[in-house]
Amino acid sequence: MDKIIALFQSAVTFGTVIMFGAMGEIVTEKSGHLNLGVPGIMYLGAISSLLVAFAYERGGGTSPVVGVLLSLLACFLGAALGGLIYAFLTITLRANQNVTGLTLTIFGSGVANFFGGSLNKLAGGVGQISVAVTSSGFRANIPALANLGAVGKLFLSYGFLAYVAIIMAIVMRYFLNRTRTGLNLRAVGENPGTADAAGINVTRYKYLATCIGAGISGLGGLFYTMDHIKGTWANAGAIEALGWLAVALVIFASWKPLNTIWGAYLFGILTWIYFYIPGLTRSSQELFKMLPYIVTLVVLITVSLRKNQENQPPAGLGLSYFREER
Amino acid sequence: MTGNYTIHEPFARMSKRAEALPGWKAWGIRIIGLVLSLVVCAIVIMAIVNMSPLKVYGAMFEGAFGSVKRSWVTVRDAMTMLCIAVGLAPAFKMKFWNIGAEGQILVGGIATAACMLYFKNLPAPILFLVMILASLAAGAVWGLVPGVFKAKWNTNETLFTLMMNYIAIQLTSYCVALWENPFGSNTVGLINQGDMTGWLPNMFSSGYNKDFGWNVVLVMVLAVGMYLYLSKSKHGYEISVIGDSENTARYAGIRVNRVYVRTMALSGAICGFAGFIAVSGASHTISTSTAGGRGFTAIIVAWLAQFNTVVMVIFSFLIVFLQKGAVQIASQYGLNENVSSIITGIILFFLLGSEFFVNYSVKFRGKKVHQ
Repeated sequence: MDKIIALFQSAVTFGTVIMFGAMGEIVTEKSGHLNLGVPGIMYLGAISSLLVAFAYERGGGTSPVVGVLLSLLACFLGAALGGLIYAFLTITLRANQNVTGLTLTIFGSGVANFFGGSLNKLAGGVGQISVAVTSSGFRANIPALANLGAVGKLFLSYGFLAYVAIIMAIVMRYFLNRTRTGLNLRAVGENPGTADAAGINVTRYKYLATCIGAGISGLGGLFYTMDHIKGTWANAGAIEALGWLAVALVIFASWKPLNTIWGAYLFGILTWIYFYIPGLTRSSQELFKMLPYIVTLVVLITVSLRKNQENQPPAGLGLSYFREER
Repeated sequence: MTGNYTIHEPFARMSKRAEALPGWKAWGIRIIGLVLSLVVCAIVIMAIVNMSPLKVYGAMFEGAFGSVKRSWVTVRDAMTMLCIAVGLAPAFKMKFWNIGAEGQILVGGIATAACMLYFKNLPAPILFLVMILASLAAGAVWGLVPGVFKAKWNTNETLFTLMMNYIAIQLTSYCVALWENPFGSNTVGLINQGDMTGWLPNMFSSGYNKDFGWNVVLVMVLAVGMYLYLSKSKHGYEISVIGDSENTARYAGIRVNRVYVRTMALSGAICGFAGFIAVSGASHTISTSTAGGRGFTAIIVAWLAQFNTVVMVIFSFLIVFLQKGAVQIASQYGLNENVSSIITGIILFFLLGSEFFVNYSVKFRGKKVHQ
């Protein structure tokens, strides 16, 4: 029983990272832009939050609340800035979306790993990079609830962002299906020409969706840095793998925000299950870690086999829109 | 109408160029983009390490060509990059988004390493032949799977090949754990370190990794071959028709599905061969970083060269030069080498942006007063 609880807990923590990444990407893709820069954006979000929290704590800051707010803001801005580069190139300059996204991934991971790895040296040799105060703010839970037996451990023991992610998914579903702005956004992604004719400002929608989407994806990187690895820097390309999983989760969820909730936790379980299966050798554990990717492939194939209207990507996904070319 | 009024035109408007720019102008724009990006890179480096921009590029040159050994490593890495880009060219020309080069390189590398480990008693020429065939076959399978699904059910290839990368990475981790040497190190170490069986030898001197060896010959032959295949053969023609319009190709009686499968097998096979070059011709080991992001960078090389494999030579060298140079600067200042990814990113952003000015013209408004 304890093992199952532990598995679920690590799945939720892991899942929250990719859930933020996937939700941001859903917003972006709904505007018709396939942003393969998600890993880079998550990196940018992670490093911006870490740098700001680090500066705050080095400057003598001791309030977790301030640290949390500052790093959230920095994360959103840093990631949105990455989104802005992508948006400018693909929307205004009509560069190829896939190539631009991949470049953003290279760039973002470079920036993040450079500053993450050199921060110690650049700050004049301070030893281990750690933002314990801010991280504790992100990981804070209410002990009375978290200790409520199995239920508390399963559902009430996480940092606040894990719940923010769930709420955000619900709000996003409402936004995309029930509000004028959300429906307009979807129209832009399905058929920008028609949306344009209907008087929707296509360029503005695309820009906003890409930048806000990037900001949301960035929170995944922040959650990883601040919660999952407790306010330090890991230099092993972990965020990049998570970023691609987030892209995979978008497909798995067939572009529906609510599906990302259970999808993310399922990915988390699939990722960690090797840890809880007895008798695996180190090499066979590696084979088990393929599971989330194989499951995504199966979903991808099933979706393409069924050709169900409901589960298809936005029709205009990946295509640049140029009014004069209609 | 009475009185004066002004028409508010947008500040700038753009239109697609009616006819393509002449070649020299198009390349002129790209070169301007490149120069601008180098200026921005110099500013970034200056901001980080406080070094004069000229010195920055001096140090980069030192890093890439400072010694015979370094020059060779630069050439070797450029050749690996070129090989991958050559492999990607047919797929991308067909507008098949093969993001899976990373995985195809890895499985090619695994196949090569496996042959080095298990068939080391074969005579050298046969061993090399087996290694090459194995790497080609492994890469081909990795390319074939998404190709078949795309052809049969129109499954999204971008995401399919992306997932195949991660499956290949886990497969590599599995093999590393299986073959680890020494035990507990979690690396494979140099394979056949004692007798260097299966290491691609130098061409002009004894030993390994010392002169412009077989890597260059093999990859250059591939690059020229691919150039001819794409521009002169019937297959190449079919690929470019599909790339322009799948429907046109169908009306013209081209069997689109068959071309998808065939081309992806070819593309994957060459990327698998790049795995052979990386393992047997360069690192002599296998790890999850054998591909090291080059599968992604090569996409950009191929794209910028507009799938012209001869132009790819230039871009491969450019990218590798910048990466080596950036690593040199980083190590001089005790910073980490990821600065090379930053530089690569900035340059690619600029080159991608400059394509816009090749294809579109921008007209700025002049204020017109109407009476």
